[in-house]
Amino acid sequence: MLGTIWFLLWGILWAVYFMLDGFDLGLGTLMPVLAKSETDRRLIYRVMGPFWDGNEVWLITAGGVTFAAFPTTYAAMFSGLYSALMLILFALIIRGVSFAFRDEVQAPGWKCFWDSCLTIGSLLPALLFGVAFANIFQGLPYDKDFVYQGTLFTLLNPYGLAGGILFVLLFTVHGSLWLAVKSDGELQARAGKLVTKLWAALLVVAVIFLLATRRQTFLYDNYAAHPVLFLIPLLAVAALIATRVFIAKASWWRAWAASSVTIVAVTLFGVVGLYPKLLPSSIDPAFSLTISNSASSPLTLKIMLAVALTFVPIVIAYQVWVHYIFRHKATAEDLEEGELY
Amino acid sequence: MDVLMLSRLQFAVATFFHFIFVPLTLGLSILVAIMETVYVRTGDEEYRRMAKFWGKIFIINFAVGVVTGITLEFQFGTNWARYSRYVGDIFGSLLAIEATLAFFLESTFLAVWIFGWKRLSPKLHCLAIWLVAFASNLSALWILIANAWMQHPVGYAIRNGRAELTDFLSVVTQPFAFQIYFHTISGAYILAGFVVMGISAYHLLRQQHLSFFTKSFRIGLIFALIFSLAEIVQGHIHGAEVAKIQPSKLAAMESIWETKADAPMALFLIPDAKNERNAVEIGKIPGLLSLLAYHSTSATVKGLKDFPKEDRPPVLLTFTAFRVMVGLGFLFVLLTLVGWFKRHKLEASPRYLKIMLYAIPLPYVALQAGWIVTEVGRQPWIVYGLMRTKDAVSPIAASQVGVTLAAFIAAYSALGVIAFYLISKHVRRGPEPAAVQGEG
Ligand code: HDD
Ligand code: HEM
Ligand code: HEM
Repeated sequence: MLGTIWFLLWGILWAVYFMLDGFDLGLGTLMPVLAKSETDRRLIYRVMGPFWDGNEVWLITAGGVTFAAFPTTYAAMFSGLYSALMLILFALIIRGVSFAFRDEVQAPGWKCFWDSCLTIGSLLPALLFGVAFANIFQGLPYDKDFVYQGTLFTLLNPYGLAGGILFVLLFTVHGSLWLAVKSDGELQARAGKLVTKLWAALLVVAVIFLLATRRQTFLYDNYAAHPVLFLIPLLAVAALIATRVFIAKASWWRAWAASSVTIVAVTLFGVVGLYPKLLPSSIDPAFSLTISNSASSPLTLKIMLAVALTFVPIVIAYQVWVHYIFRHKATAEDLEEGELY
Repeated sequence: MDVLMLSRLQFAVATFFHFIFVPLTLGLSILVAIMETVYVRTGDEEYRRMAKFWGKIFIINFAVGVVTGITLEFQFGTNWARYSRYVGDIFGSLLAIEATLAFFLESTFLAVWIFGWKRLSPKLHCLAIWLVAFASNLSALWILIANAWMQHPVGYAIRNGRAELTDFLSVVTQPFAFQIYFHTISGAYILAGFVVMGISAYHLLRQQHLSFFTKSFRIGLIFALIFSLAEIVQGHIHGAEVAKIQPSKLAAMESIWETKADAPMALFLIPDAKNERNAVEIGKIPGLLSLLAYHSTSATVKGLKDFPKEDRPPVLLTFTAFRVMVGLGFLFVLLTLVGWFKRHKLEASPRYLKIMLYAIPLPYVALQAGWIVTEVGRQPWIVYGLMRTKDAVSPIAASQVGVTLAAFIAAYSALGVIAFYLISKHVRRGPEPAAVQGEG
């Protein structure tokens, strides 16, 4: 029971992380396409500025909770996916400092350099998280001692890459919607125009991915056993369609919210399908890491549950408050206020 | 090199680099909060400019602290998988609690502080930086509780082939954790004080922004003075605690080979680990070590020879680092005391100011030396007495770690150079000019 609760919390944490940092990563990726001038670029930094670090802590927490609740999975997952994870880390490093460093020197070359860091540092994690999760869905070559028997290139199979592209599209849709919410004028128009194209691409890739999932993974087994669970993928599809409807109405907040629901539902679709496995083995299902063979002791799980139920709501409350404080659209005036990094 | 050596090196590079930035975050957040509080209470614009000037240094430093921290959080899984599996039940939860309690608060409210100058009331804005300071120091507490558990594991039982938690309270309240905590944050506060003093000295030496930097200097001075004094007293208690729970580390710190009652301490010595003796020993003070470690000149101190060879930490490094730290600790007291007597005539003491400018790196050295004592002195154990470092490493290819180690060294060197450049550029530019009347 405790194990199941933590399994769900684990999935929810990753889902929330993708939903929140998704818009930063997506917007960072699109920077070169969306920004036509220095002012545009600074505005794009400005709409992410107050939020990106708080969003990234959800990743640290998702990682930390994997460690705390399922240490054996944490060990097998992070050492097994060593190279992919390191690439993500280096990407997050250059992305993180570009926010603080970019406007410290006025030379165009300097700014251009950090803008590229932002883009690479956003695109790469989006892609690799998708690749990693798709590969987890289809199973990884773990042996009986939970030692990974593949390489970085094992991950780059068609299904894994489809997962990567899916994530990039989910995040870029999410990011351009965020920009549409937070800006006006030409920048908003550009984001609005781009997002319709991205949405169409997302639809195609999502359909392909869902079909491939049927062939490549065992995820649908849980759904077949408990058909009520089909509500989750249905929710994902409904939210995806709602996103398009709201885009057509230029109702940006709603479109962004619908896109958030899409991301959460897609992640949970995978997580629920995995249950009770956290890391399926493709060598032999018996070598999979599951709740029962990788969870922490009941005492630790109970203490962690008390901590999570007390403090996560507090975190959510003040993060919502911050969104309220910075709810306005970013304008050229904001850039003059000296309130940048 | 094998995967163990490479992983150790990588861990050392990553943590040391993280810990170049961490202490300034811990101390400067408080100093900036103090400056802004003075501004809010008195309305004196100069303190607002101070909060902004030092705040900018804080922000650049913080950014590097954050990005290097993420690497560490994941490195236990990537490079120390066997360790993570063995002790995750206890250790993992401490890291997760740290993120939930502290990192969210820290990151969220720093953004509020940076972007909120015009959107929040001055009081609320000031609260934001206090929250950042509180959260940073809280994060230090949790990570150091985790580290203290590796130094002195308590509250666990070996079950199901791993260490399982039996008593959470004894893990989070063990006295040794608080020794490490107070010792580390005091060191961090000394460092922040020295950075503020050193940078202020730079401008005072050039006779510019006199009022601004005299006030800044004094804030840094008081802070550094208090904690330099505290650090020596506390460090001594800390050492006595180490003598109790990690006798092999104490023996290495002092380079003691023979078990002896009434153990002396030499003012100068050179260890010779190969021949299990000290090559040079000058100025022996009888009974001093027994007195310092056990509060009695007749107490017995266990020598390294009484530990099996495979249980001894590297002596030369542990010993040297310990001496460097303690020596610098006394130097800091001296420098801050001199500053206290000169505090009203700083511009007239160019020699002292110059010394303080060049003293900026010293607390950095002391802090890193301290960690060397703690971590290298714990070897060959990763968890003292429970798990050896060589049993902790991930089952991965050495080539993978070799590549990432090289990448870390390259990326971090570049990052360090850039951060240093940006901070010194900001320092040289000096504070923004005082606002023209009517603006604010
Ligand atoms: C004594 C203090 C201390 C020590 C020993 C460490 N850290 Fe640290 N860490 C901090 C004090 C700190 C801080 C003051 O809270 C930082 C530094 C700068 C910053 O931005 O926050 C931080 C940032 C920071 C972050 C980013 C948080 C964010 O995004 O806001 C992570 C994930 C870690 N650390 C993790 C670690 C791990 C896994 C460590 C052990 C190996 C570690 N730190 C040692
Ligand atoms: C930030 C300050 C710290 C510094 C500078 C530091 C430094 C070091 C160094 C130099 C080593 C290598 C020792 C050797 O190989 O001989 C080491 C080992 C280790 N430390 Fe720390 N450490 C710090 C904090 C921590 C904390 C807070 C933790 C845990 C929460 C930790 C966990 C470890 C682990 C897991 C190892 C094993 C790897 C190894 O032996 O190389 N360290 N540390
Ligand atoms: C002058 C008197 C000092 C004494 C007697 C002293 C004593 C000690 C001892 C015994 C340790 C090892 C603790 C362990 O292994 O767990 C230690 C570690 C350490 N020292 Fe010091 N120290 C002094 C000054 C300083 C100063 C001035 C700084 C920094 C500015 C500093 C920074 C550190 C740090 C960061 C550690 C590692 C963390 C820890 O274990 O607390 N120390 N110190």
